[in-house]
Amino acid sequence: MEKKTLPEKLFLLSFKVDKTSHLVLNREFCLKCPESERTCLWICPSEVYKWDAGKTDIIVGYEGCLECGTCRIACGKGAIDWRNPRGGFGVSYRFG
Amino acid sequence: MDEKFDCIIVGAGPSGATAALRLAGAGLNVVVFERGKPGSKNMFGGVLYSTVLNKLIPDFWKEAPVERHVIRKRFSLLSSTAEAAFDLSFNAFDSPPYNNSFTVLRARFDRWYAGKAEEAGALIVTDANVEDFIVEDNAIKGVKAGIEGGDVRADCVICAEGANSLLAEKSGLKTRPGPSSTTLGVKEVISLPKEVIEDRFSLEDGQGASFEFFGTALGGAAGSGFIYTNKDTLSVGIGVPISVLKEKGLKPNDLIEGFKGHPAVARYLRGGKTEEFSAHMIPEGGYKAVPTLVKDGLMLVGDSAGLLNPSLFREGTNLAMASGLLAAETVIDARAKGDFSARTLGGYAERLKKSFVIKDLLRYKDVPAAIGSIPGLFSEGPEAILEFLQGHFTVSEKSKDELHSEIRKAFRNKVSMKKLLLELYRASKALR
Repeated sequence: MEKKTLPEKLFLLSFKVDKTSHLVLNREFCLKCPESERTCLWICPSEVYKWDAGKTDIIVGYEGCLECGTCRIACGKGAIDWRNPRGGFGVSYRFG
Repeated sequence: MDEKFDCIIVGAGPSGATAALRLAGAGLNVVVFERGKPGSKNMFGGVLYSTVLNKLIPDFWKEAPVERHVIRKRFSLLSSTAEAAFDLSFNAFDSPPYNNSFTVLRARFDRWYAGKAEEAGALIVTDANVEDFIVEDNAIKGVKAGIEGGDVRADCVICAEGANSLLAEKSGLKTRPGPSSTTLGVKEVISLPKEVIEDRFSLEDGQGASFEFFGTALGGAAGSGFIYTNKDTLSVGIGVPISVLKEKGLKPNDLIEGFKGHPAVARYLRGGKTEEFSAHMIPEGGYKAVPTLVKDGLMLVGDSAGLLNPSLFREGTNLAMASGLLAAETVIDARAKGDFSARTLGGYAERLKKSFVIKDLLRYKDVPAAIGSIPGLFSEGPEAILEFLQGHFTVSEKSKDELHSEIRKAFRNKVSMKKLLLELYRASKALR
């Protein structure tokens, strides 16, 4: 079968994007967090968390969040303040 | 909202909608808050187990948006290059009640089911995210619903928010689940013409198949993969404990691509087109991870209570629906008594203990730990077993005695027989 990249897969989904993020990092923890423990950078199925170009800060692409909650469970520091998007916002599945 | 309700339900999934259906049917004034539209945020692997539903709505499959009834079950052990499978099909499952096993797509099914609760008289408020409880004297008196006039009061609250249990944790009944007791499910819905699905999976019209893949389905990491047949799509996905993703530095999208690319899987997907990509957590901690289920004015049901059978049976929706039903029965009792304290609501936990829900969770209480203790069954084990089988069936000019002695030796060089037997014993004891 034809192979889709992750961005192509996310493009199939419908998101209603809020103005502010429902995921807030405690940057005091995050910027000191050792590379090997930065689970958020690889564990998110839609790769919401990414380094900025200069590797000085973590960018939270909450717009593409699938709302699974994995990052919150995985973060050993409890540094992700995870809330549900406001009612009606976020991802909507057509199939589910 | 100024109105006070008999019961507030948070979440319109299978457990919440079941509670709403039962309570509204008994004439109670019940409201359900759903943060999206019913089903719009929900995903599961794909098989609905309907023993409870079929009692509440007899012959529901005649009107519900079910995809196929499962008559064929296949369990397969993968190595990186081969497959050994155990394939079962039962004619008895081809007639009502169809073994109470139906593939469904949740965006469609949950919308229909919440609609049934609405028909029975429940008020379903969509696009309303419950942010917190109203607490007085340590008792739950209602919810803050994040909508205009969002403080809503009721005699009691049923929390059916799902696996990402933010509210249950706020209530103090539960702490944040650990990465080893929570599995991440990632799935693609892949479209194929109906006839292709039926030919490829040897099915007649309406019949369905569930294929489960173990061994090195995830390239050597603990976890499994699945293919479930819908009408004109396949649900294809993986389940992997969050602790495994964390420790091994694995990316979920790489794992599902690796699974889809395995030759024993790819042949079923040929020509298919990905229509949707989704992710959801599964509470697989089993009995030991089930929290205290009630406090004054509050009950936890479904995934938020961790009510899921983590064994090979993979049941979740029926446990969710049973818990929603038993919570509703308890509310009806509590209302008659006029007492919504933990003592009366504790009747819910008692009812669950007497039902298949807690009996099965107790029966499989060692499964989560067993899976953690047998990493070899996801890597060296299947490689050695399938190489042994391949050797056994390889045609050559060597005598069978000579050949068999060679493959036995090769097998013993790869894995410790004692360790493998011990792991197989542990796995079978926990799973069967």
